Amino acid sequence: MKFFSRKNNTEKSANDLAQEKGSISSRLRNALKRTRSGLEDIFAGKREINAEFLEDLESSLIMADIGAQMTDEIIQSLTQSLNRNELKDIDSVKQALRTFLISSLKANASESNISNTEKPHVIFVVGVNGVGKTTTIGKLANNFKKEGKRILLAAGDTYRAAAVEQLQIWGNRIDVPVVAQQTGADSASVIYDAIESARAKDIDVVIADTAGRLHNKDNLMEELVKIKRVASKLSDNAPHEVLLVLDAATGQNALSQMSEFHKAVDVTGLVLTKLDGTAKGGILISLAKQFPVDIKYIGVGEGIDDLKMFEAELFVDALIDF
Amino acid sequence: MAIFASLSEKLSSSIKKISGKASLSEKNIQDTLREVRIALLEADVALPVVKNFLSDVKDRALGTEVSSSLDPGQQFLKIVRNELELLMGEKNESLDLKDSPPSIIMMAGLQGAGKTTSAAKLAKYLKIEKRKNIMMVSTDIYRPAAIEQLRILSEEVDVDFFQSRASQKPKDILNAAIAAAKKQFIDVLIIDTAGRLHIDNEMMSELKDLTAVANPAELLFVIDAMIGQDAVNTAKVFNDSLPLSGVILTKVDGDTRGGAALSVRQITGKPIKFLGVGEKTDALEPFYPDRLASRILGMGDMLSLIEEVERKVDKVKADKLASKVVKGKRFDLDDLRDQLQQMKNMGGMSSMLEKLPGAASMAHLAQNSQVNNQFDKMQYILDSMTPHERKFPDVLNGSRKRRITTGSGTSIQDLNRLIKQHKQMSKMMKKMKGKGMQNMMRNMSGMMNQGGNLLGKGFPKF
Repeated sequence: MKFFSRKNNTEKSANDLAQEKGSISSRLRNALKRTRSGLEDIFAGKREINAEFLEDLESSLIMADIGAQMTDEIIQSLTQSLNRNELKDIDSVKQALRTFLISSLKANASESNISNTEKPHVIFVVGVNGVGKTTTIGKLANNFKKEGKRILLAAGDTYRAAAVEQLQIWGNRIDVPVVAQQTGADSASVIYDAIESARAKDIDVVIADTAGRLHNKDNLMEELVKIKRVASKLSDNAPHEVLLVLDAATGQNALSQMSEFHKAVDVTGLVLTKLDGTAKGGILISLAKQFPVDIKYIGVGEGIDDLKMFEAELFVDALIDF
Repeated sequence: MAIFASLSEKLSSSIKKISGKASLSEKNIQDTLREVRIALLEADVALPVVKNFLSDVKDRALGTEVSSSLDPGQQFLKIVRNELELLMGEKNESLDLKDSPPSIIMMAGLQGAGKTTSAAKLAKYLKIEKRKNIMMVSTDIYRPAAIEQLRILSEEVDVDFFQSRASQKPKDILNAAIAAAKKQFIDVLIIDTAGRLHIDNEMMSELKDLTAVANPAELLFVIDAMIGQDAVNTAKVFNDSLPLSGVILTKVDGDTRGGAALSVRQITGKPIKFLGVGEKTDALEPFYPDRLASRILGMGDMLSLIEEVERKVDKVKADKLASKVVKGKRFDLDDLRDQLQQMKNMGGMSSMLEKLPGAASMAHLAQNSQVNNQFDKMQYILDSMTPHERKFPDVLNGSRKRRITTGSGTSIQDLNRLIKQHKQMSKMMKKMKGKGMQNMMRNMSGMMNQGGNLLGKGFPKF
């Protein structure tokens, strides 16, 4: 297994993290705690490694939404190591699994927040209906604001009833201006206006909301392409980021969502929301393998501070409960 | 409306493998069972549900029924189908509204499942289909602008709205709304609630309290069709804590394989009553479980199709055509034009194909390819002809053809192809002996195959 070579690195950074971010990580772990179930039981106690154990492990991985195919790969890889006597007991299996999962995600974990120096930094937030785009924007804006950045929100969801109002309430709550037109207006023009206004006002970051859309609706995806094209008229690099918001409870369909949104507007980062439920978000493993996209944030609650940077170690540990 | 199409495809391919074997043995079932298992898991059917289902199927397959007169393929198909039907329930269960108004319908579910949108769709459905007098109220004091969203939607579907404020307590809102509904002789009061996580004890107990106050005739659990394995946890807790009466499965118009339908049904034991199939307020469909079972097994949703055809095809014109065919009269270009129009009314080729056995993948093709354009083109050509030309296509000479193609923005080739297709169709029409529906379908398939051969393979006959 290739991932063994990375083991030392991974463990070191895990320790560093634990020391550096003690309070944050324990909070996060609490929020993620409900996410576990199944996998922790598998590794509890001194079980014998046999067919039954592997079957239970397989079930738990599937129940974590890791997917039938990905699970198959993991189990086969573990079985091979077991056959070569590289893994001897439950602990070493657990360790190997942990290392594998972390290394699958590590390449996609995003280190920096904003790397671009152009102003304003434009972020599009896209996704299917009901994943939590607007709430994510509220939290994200709050995070940026705390860093001392000047923020402007663009109410680009001009379709859903009261979506504009919803964003405006968030804007009031965190005291950030919102550029909006009435429902039914052209989304691209709202966002264009917002970027233009941000330039005039020396704003650092523009976060643009967009209407939820199912990724298999060609006309709606086409609209998104248009919005992006219009934004790029103001700056070649805009939007600097396109964040796809995924609901942690989503199953294998997340792959299709990612693929279609990526095709349309080149997704640069993922946000996984609603991780404070019992959903495990295991689909991230397959997503990370198939798409070269940063996993940026996770949503772990309804509070304004409940959007965190994604960290592979914490995520995996919550998944298999270390 | 690509419901469960991919799941159907998968299952039919794995079941095909068993067809033609001499008998059902432990071994050949094993392989197929494994494939069915993967198909179901990839469709996001929850693992415990998959396990149950497969063990039932296996028990029955290896049991007494094996020795019947059916061939093994049919035998296995029948067993899987029966089990699926058992799992899904047998008939569509409609809303059970109380005699003494106001009947109360309450929505419950996770954040972002689509409760508010579904409430509005339900209001429109009950107002138009059942002629009910509706009022809606929102007890969602948490999500910003949730109340405003319902107010706007009430306006859109033109039903009464009971204004609440985010500063009020949900219970107070509810009591006031019920009193107002009684006073105004409302038939049905639809209550939207805040989205909540099933493990949020405080919010779940709020919902329990609201349920106790409202004593709803229908407490509908709204769940996103794209949900994965977590459907088990969510559905279980909601079902255990609340007296759910049914389920609305939303966002079914995505490309999800729809395994959630199986999971939720199995775990809650409550019927799926409606499907949300789009963002518009009329995108709500009653759910027919028996049809779904057939569809998953690749038998297609013939019943739905036939109903839709009945609903949307202009009866008079269809009868006229049928009688023409029966009497052996000529099938002219006017008839072709009518047929194209009728097909358009049914939502175009891809929407029809989805409902046919084994044609789900073709439906996708049809959507992406130019099939619908092709039909549009045919329509333009026909529209550019004079009535005389449509009645007597033989008069079309070079000069007329040039005029028609210029007028319709098409090419001579397009026109020639249309004429050829028409000829083939009229030949077919002559062979038919007025079998109505079946024949109509078949001649459409003829059109498809000749329509530039875009779909490659033939059309299933049935």
